[in-house]
Amino acid sequence: MKLEIIVAVIILVFTAQFLYMSSTTDSEYGGADGEAEGVIDELTGGTYEPIADPIWEPPSGEIESLLFSLQAAIGALVIGYFFGYYKGKKQPM
Amino acid sequence: MHVMEGFLPGPWWQIWFAISLPVIIYGIYKLNELIKDKRDLLPLLAVAGAYIFILSSLKLPSVTGSCSHPTGTGLAAILFGPAISAVLGLIVLLYQALFLAHGGLTTLGANVFSMGIAGPVIAFIIYKACTKAGLNFYIAVFLACALGDLATYVVTSIELALAFPAQIGGVLTSFKAFATIFALTQVPLAIIEGAITVLIFKYVIQVKSDVLIKLNVLSETGLRKIKEMTT
Repeated sequence: MKLEIIVAVIILVFTAQFLYMSSTTDSEYGGADGEAEGVIDELTGGTYEPIADPIWEPPSGEIESLLFSLQAAIGALVIGYFFGYYKGKKQPM
Repeated sequence: MHVMEGFLPGPWWQIWFAISLPVIIYGIYKLNELIKDKRDLLPLLAVAGAYIFILSSLKLPSVTGSCSHPTGTGLAAILFGPAISAVLGLIVLLYQALFLAHGGLTTLGANVFSMGIAGPVIAFIIYKACTKAGLNFYIAVFLACALGDLATYVVTSIELALAFPAQIGGVLTSFKAFATIFALTQVPLAIIEGAITVLIFKYVIQVKSDVLIKLNVLSETGLRKIKEMTT
């Protein structure tokens, strides 16, 4: 249990930091990938044209979060399944 | 950490493809070997891949006021080595490039290099060095995964800095600008990734510790010591 408590404390500190920051500053919490685009604009004086465009883009923020949640759900399903399988195999009912 | 579609001009995107491709090919070869010889390890391989799927989908807020995501590649790197991690990373990056417009096909080589190769290589080296130095297993896992995660973002900054050197100050100046965004944002997320991966390893030891010996992650005496410590 010791490890779980340490990890929980780390996540709590992180969450508290976020709650504090988000209520005291007006940070936008945008993606770092997009901010890099701003730096590229600055460095090149806005002259850089991307050499290619994404072949498909999620049409809205909702669709994007749907696909991200799907990604996480698939991952969680696989991990849960195999951990459960191993545990069940070890302790026959 | 994604370099967005189209944001690496030639010759850089080709260079990163050229560097990543041999590693991917070697990784597929190693993966085939694993599938043929050690079928009983496949579930763990699926877990390692799934872990990258989850962690790289979680965009977390950071102290810098922007969001970024952990990579999750440290688990695969410690278990299966960097080459197989590169293949797993490629699968996730393809998913995100095709369906989420995160990263892209032209920048796939660069993204595979930073997330699939550089991060896992650093994680693997740190893990091996820490265990050789006799450090506690969980601390070794934590350091390897946290620093591997951070390395991915440092490398992304290098990739962008090389392609976009500043007019005054050149590559170093633009590296600083990119690293401020990527690496700095990543520090707390890297710590979280390290901590969570430690937990995953704890559960792997609980339910299926023999695979860790089979994969040369732990020696038998090392495993016994950890088990004694936790019970």
